Amino acid sequence: MALSGVEIFKLLPKTNCKKCGFPTCLAFAMKLAQRQTTLDKCPDVSEEAKKILGEASAPPVRPITFGTGDKAVKMGEETVLFRHEKKFVNPNAFVLEIKDTEDDATVDAKINDVLTSEINRVGQLLRVDGICITNDSGDAGKFGALAEKVASKAPDVGVVVNTESPEGAEAALKHFSGKGAVLYGVTAENAEKMVEIAKNNKVAVGIKADGLEAAAELTEKVKSLGVEDIVIDSGARKASEILEHNTLIRRAAIKKNFKPLGYPIINFVQRDDAMYEALVAGLGVCKYSSIVVMSSAEKWKNLALFTLRQNIYTDPQVPMQVEQKIYKIGEPTPDSPLLITTNFSLTYFIVSGEIENSKVPAWLAVMDCEGLSVLTAWAAGKFTGAKIANFIKESGIEKEIKHRELIIPGYVAILSGAIEEKLEGWKVTVGPREANGLPAFLRSRAA
Amino acid sequence: MAIPELKESFSGVVFPVTIGTEKEEVFGGENTLPFHKFEGEIPNRPLIAYEIQDIAPEDWPETVKKVYEGVSDDPVKWAKYCEDELKARAIALRLIGTHPDQKDLSADDAVNVVKDVLSAVKVPLIILGSNHVEKDSEVLPKVAEAAKGYNCIIGKAQEANYKTIAAAAMANDHKLIAMSELDINLSKQLNILLTQMGFDKEKIITDPMCSALGYGLEYTYSVMERIRLAALAQNDEVMQPPMFGDVGMYVWKIKETQASEETLPEWGSLEERAVLWEAMTAVGLMIAGAELFVMRHPKAVELVERFVDEMI
Repeated sequence: MALSGVEIFKLLPKTNCKKCGFPTCLAFAMKLAQRQTTLDKCPDVSEEAKKILGEASAPPVRPITFGTGDKAVKMGEETVLFRHEKKFVNPNAFVLEIKDTEDDATVDAKINDVLTSEINRVGQLLRVDGICITNDSGDAGKFGALAEKVASKAPDVGVVVNTESPEGAEAALKHFSGKGAVLYGVTAENAEKMVEIAKNNKVAVGIKADGLEAAAELTEKVKSLGVEDIVIDSGARKASEILEHNTLIRRAAIKKNFKPLGYPIINFVQRDDAMYEALVAGLGVCKYSSIVVMSSAEKWKNLALFTLRQNIYTDPQVPMQVEQKIYKIGEPTPDSPLLITTNFSLTYFIVSGEIENSKVPAWLAVMDCEGLSVLTAWAAGKFTGAKIANFIKESGIEKEIKHRELIIPGYVAILSGAIEEKLEGWKVTVGPREANGLPAFLRSRAA
Repeated sequence: MAIPELKESFSGVVFPVTIGTEKEEVFGGENTLPFHKFEGEIPNRPLIAYEIQDIAPEDWPETVKKVYEGVSDDPVKWAKYCEDELKARAIALRLIGTHPDQKDLSADDAVNVVKDVLSAVKVPLIILGSNHVEKDSEVLPKVAEAAKGYNCIIGKAQEANYKTIAAAAMANDHKLIAMSELDINLSKQLNILLTQMGFDKEKIITDPMCSALGYGLEYTYSVMERIRLAALAQNDEVMQPPMFGDVGMYVWKIKETQASEETLPEWGSLEERAVLWEAMTAVGLMIAGAELFVMRHPKAVELVERFVDEMI
């Protein structure tokens, strides 16, 4: 269980020396309980208190870095079960499985799929984050050869080394020493040897257990053998089991502060059908998976999964914003209509989607209103005649278009006079109130 | 190793809703979070209805339009095709042709289509208006009356037009979809208004407004999770109706279901992308708590049904 502020206070020196930056030991204890500061700020804390508090004040899901350099991704550190409570912290990694029994062409193609998977969506660069090499052959030599190829062709990419054989692990891991890899396949039977190999190569350990109790036992064992960077596979493969185990593991970590299950989760979701596999991967995205291992990475599948991950890991307290600029919808010409709206991402998506539907190419001016929707921005004084006029003038759109007509959202019809006053030579037209009126509106104008 | 007790049970239950007559379908009824069969009872599968329209779907993207070629020019043929060939468990007839910007068909036109479809199929029917506030309050009461005795779902009632639509659903023994815009409080308020006029809360289906993957899905997702937690953990009765995801309509109008691979090579094959988009949107909302869905592409429905098989 997490300690309360008062429980923590009892373990502190109670000197109120202020060296931690807080006025009293009690104030410091309260901040510790809320995980808003760390114990190392107190120079006088006893070793015994450190041990007790260290355990209790560590983040409920241990942070682990997967991959290195600009390919590194952080996992763990989650603090909630539902995204409306607080932002989900570290997006899961998508990992493509390559088996050492696959032929060279398939291996090359898969490595290439990972390396070329990057897509820019709403200003974020999204990609397949890692590769899982699987020792399907059982042969250490073959496995080592695959590892060498992956390490040379995809340096820095996070790698899961999937084998239960210490020989296989030795052969493969030397290519990923200190590279943020995970040695997956550690069981109760092989733990001693495998953890030693992981330690020597400075990589994390992925435990393979059957059920939650066995998983908790195994993480404790790995920890006692000297590795604390652990990812958990509870053995869940069926979608219903993935939901059950992942939910209970996350609850154990967050609600019970149960350390043996306070690690990121790895899920294997391979299915015979790529589309269906995407849905099971989607379950992992929504429900607490940190590494999702898949058997294929088609571009259409990546796009759907990246988008889902982006949606789920958006901060619910900060409105998603899009960049202020003039967006081209379709292939607008100097005669195409110019519309304006605010930069709340949902507003942008809906408005641009409906313009797209109309099949009428257009210019869409998206104005920075700190991520507020049209009516809210207007009410907050961020979407005013003067500000709109300024934005239009500075946007440079006057050089792109021949006409001088601006279509504004119907809800802010009241602004038309103010805009015309500030924007000399322009005519303001009031568009529909709701975005779904845009196709009819634009089509009737174009006719 | 002993681990702490991690399972949770709740005091609230989601109302089960039964629709149809000749063939009945039930959805809702669970006393736990979505698919949490390890700690509660989930008596019914989510229900996916195939969407058809009163007019030919000219504005549907090619990928889904071509599936219904040869049947979509006639709502009766279309409905029969869904029931017989696609083995639809329910059908959702959208009266989009009544929208003033579409064909502006009259309430009487709509009544005729509804009657024809009802007498042609055995599976339950969901009757949806065109989402035009004024027109729906004119059309939906008449079709509700025409469908009396068929135990349909009528939708959608919104804050601006719920009175006439709810009154007609009540008088003719139908269930009702109540839609509000992405806000748990608005959703609760509309359900309260409905119950205050005497509408049975166990006949409501809550629609917190759908959004497609990538186009605000996270808003719908979190509103649904919050509604479900209110229903189960706080035992809030007005929040206990099952929830609805109007998936097809929202998915098949965005760029990802229309842009060709030639235009956007980095997005990959259009066919798979579009179908997956619809399936993934539905699965996301299902994980958040929705039990009733309206979808368009048979392949997407099949994928989602397979997912439910593995989850239930």
